Amino acid sequence: MVNLGLLALQLALMVACAPLVQGAIKASKAGWQNRRGPGLAQAWWDIAKWLGRESVVSQHASWVYRWAPPLYLGAMLAAAGLVPTLAVAPPLAPLGDALTVVGLFALARFALALAALDTASNFGGMGTARELMFAALVEPALLLGLFAVAVPFGTTDFATLTAGASLDVAHLLAAGCLFIAAIAETGRIPVDNPDTHLELTMAHEGMILEYSGRPLGMLFLGAHLRQLTLLSLLVALFLPAGAAADSSPASLALGVAAWLVKVTLVGLLMGLVESNYAKRRIFKAPELLGTAGVLGLLAVVAGAAGGVH
Amino acid sequence: MALLLAGVLAALALPRLPQAPYLLTLGGGLALAGAAGWSLTAAPVRLDLGAVAPFARLLLRLDGLAAFFLLGIAGLTAAVSVYALGYVDRRHYGEPVVGAAFCAFVAAMAGVVLADGVFSFLLCWELMSLASFLLVMHDHQQAAVRRAGFIYIAMTHAGAAFLVAAFLLLAAATGSLTFDGFRSPAPGLDDLTRNGAFLLFLVGFAAKAGAIPLHVWLPRAHPVAPSHVSALMSGVMVKTALYALLRVAADLLAPGPEGWGWLVLAMGAVSAVLGVLYALMERDLKRMLAYSTVENVGIVLLGIGGYLVLAARGMGGPAGLALAAALFHALNHTAFKGLLFLGAGAVQRAAGTRDMERLGGLIRTMPWTAGCFLVGAAAIAAIPPLNGFASEWLTMQALLQVLAGTENPVVLALGAAAVGALALTGGLAALCFVRAFGVPFLGVPRSPEAAHTTEAPLAMRTGMGLLAAACLLLGLQPEVVTRPARQVAATLLPQGSLAGAVTVPAGVYVPLGVAVALGLLAVLAAATVRLLWGAVGERVTAPWVCGVVLEPRMQYSGAALAKPIRLVFQRLLSPERLAERRYHQAPYFVAEIHYEGRLRAVYESALYRPVVALLVRASVQVRQLQSGSLRLYLAYIFATLVVVLVATR
Repeated sequence: MVNLGLLALQLALMVACAPLVQGAIKASKAGWQNRRGPGLAQAWWDIAKWLGRESVVSQHASWVYRWAPPLYLGAMLAAAGLVPTLAVAPPLAPLGDALTVVGLFALARFALALAALDTASNFGGMGTARELMFAALVEPALLLGLFAVAVPFGTTDFATLTAGASLDVAHLLAAGCLFIAAIAETGRIPVDNPDTHLELTMAHEGMILEYSGRPLGMLFLGAHLRQLTLLSLLVALFLPAGAAADSSPASLALGVAAWLVKVTLVGLLMGLVESNYAKRRIFKAPELLGTAGVLGLLAVVAGAAGGVH
Repeated sequence: MALLLAGVLAALALPRLPQAPYLLTLGGGLALAGAAGWSLTAAPVRLDLGAVAPFARLLLRLDGLAAFFLLGIAGLTAAVSVYALGYVDRRHYGEPVVGAAFCAFVAAMAGVVLADGVFSFLLCWELMSLASFLLVMHDHQQAAVRRAGFIYIAMTHAGAAFLVAAFLLLAAATGSLTFDGFRSPAPGLDDLTRNGAFLLFLVGFAAKAGAIPLHVWLPRAHPVAPSHVSALMSGVMVKTALYALLRVAADLLAPGPEGWGWLVLAMGAVSAVLGVLYALMERDLKRMLAYSTVENVGIVLLGIGGYLVLAARGMGGPAGLALAAALFHALNHTAFKGLLFLGAGAVQRAAGTRDMERLGGLIRTMPWTAGCFLVGAAAIAAIPPLNGFASEWLTMQALLQVLAGTENPVVLALGAAAVGALALTGGLAALCFVRAFGVPFLGVPRSPEAAHTTEAPLAMRTGMGLLAAACLLLGLQPEVVTRPARQVAATLLPQGSLAGAVTVPAGVYVPLGVAVALGLLAVLAAATVRLLWGAVGERVTAPWVCGVVLEPRMQYSGAALAKPIRLVFQRLLSPERLAERRYHQAPYFVAEIHYEGRLRAVYESALYRPVVALLVRASVQVRQLQSGSLRLYLAYIFATLVVVLVATR
């Protein structure tokens, strides 16, 4: 059965930390670019401001547009409960596995894409076309990366995968593959630029351009949660050191601390990539994503043929 | 069955009551569904309808595998019949021949899955093809429809020729014309006969299932039929071919070598990816759905291929999982593709067009149709917690088992490629169905016809609602299907190989739990925000479009939504475009732009045209035999008789 206490703890922690991790990535980018960036909690202040404001809605929008933000946030919360963070076994593990997380991401994207088309504004359509093109190309990389880790164990259950994580060739290849996939999924340079509203380049920002006020706050919180979920997934599969094996307070506290440090480190690495690469042209991105897919394919072959057992 | 045959007579006898045959098919569908549901786990039932000729007995047999597909046929027939009560009237598809052909079509499909001998199988198979051909040709005044019908009948007969050849090969080797007669001596046959028969069957059934490259008839023929017929053709007729492939490869000729499975896996992967790519490029709603049928046939083939590979390795438990994935996805596709075709029919009836670039904003005028279509679109795009995700999840688990059981790098790379293909298919299907729902139903109407649509009548809405409910139910409670599916696997695999291995150490997916968690968390989040920040208002206004007045043409079109994919995959799709500009004053003041974009017909030019050219050349040669003289023809017949008598002595 689902351990409700652990679930509440994990979700509260992730909701609290998701905007902070975003702040840490921004701070690292600012540091690499020799400027003073916004404070660590700025993302939280933004979300808090939006959540308290009225929203302006297109007169052509239907219920699809209004239902999308809570659905998006709900799907991201469920996904956040499905990845291992503080403990080896995620709190929602009895309900779903790694593939379910990928499915919930698809659900959130589907809802947002429809909402973007619902306003009759052309930017929504533009963002949808690009974001879903990236998503379609990321999907093989994401699943092959997960399969590379899963095939030696014959299961997609997170607890088994985390417990058996090691640093052999297959895991290194899969880590590279999933890292690129995570960059694309979080809409970061070199695939997409999270800081732009320039119509020539935006993808994810184009989809949410019409939103304002409370729904926008929900979408941003959801997007930060998605980023943290992906980082936690990377950490759980490739750097499992310190994760709590049981639910005693001491090991949970250690698990929280270890998770925070590891997630921040991977986030800083993303900031480093973002500061040192130029955003690629949209139609150059498929090459990068294809590379990730090939890495994943190699990882599957290496993982099963090399033999972890 | 009797009700269905009565439907044929009723349709012909009661020309003034076009709905009458559909009441009978509704009854027949429900009765057959009940029988199929009961037989899913029961022992096989046999029926001998007697001999038509000394060599031709009408043998029927209802076992678990047949019951599974019969359930899909009967269930969809029942829902489609309800829809047809509102869709068919004297002005639309009310001709007696439509009703009669519809009943015969359903009866023939049921016969195909029940057949237990070569004669009864081929009889029903041909009847199914001919009845559907009649329905495809309904609008035969249009040249495009006649051409579609011609290609359909030509491909169908070419496929049937392969089947006849395969059955004759088996009959010659075993000396029997019943399936039982094939089953027992099959393991003892030599490799050449077994592999040859399998390949002939594969070609014949792939042509009917619409697997690439034998799919060319499908996107032409399915859209031009009346929508309630399109739903059946895409929803269940292609499934009869998948059923027959399973019957042959997993039952009659089993156990086969692992290579059969890899052949089917490769075919499935190619069909899935290319099918969804072509679907994305279509602007005609029903053609788009037809191409997406090619994609889903590919996904089912991945499951079947996985089963054949695992069964050949003797891994009973994982093989059962793979078969469950294939059967589950086949049933799911029946539900959501039927639903989507019915929805497209409702849209076409209301707006007078299937062209999505002329639609838009239908969610306001047709809210029920839109809701049902959205359920179908999300289900087919593999969005949890609906049924499409459940079966694709299971297919992924089956492929995981295929990979986990080997250390051969070549096999691993092939299997990983299949996983990548299935994942890519899922991602592209999401875009395809965001487009298929978003462009016609959301935004503002792109034409006056779309602006003045009205909601479909109650019977049509009920038919769609039933299928939408099925999508939800199958998504939330997959065990209803997967448990009997594993029992079917147990009857096909060698005795005892499934015992103790039913619980494969697979992943976890509890759809009902995920759905409840999702809903509760969404509500909890919204409630917390409201508690902490209070209620806020909402201001409705015109969207900002850079300071000008919004025009419907400014919205992203279906072609624009698919453009990034068209560019990324241009090597595969080979798009062509023709743009002509006419100027007032070159180069700045354009008076008129003519733009035409299409995909080059790769299969037609590379594969079919040489074959057709060869056939035509051969036919010209053969024509020299035909002088028109009756005496010469009699001489031919006599000569043939002599040759046959000498040969069989």
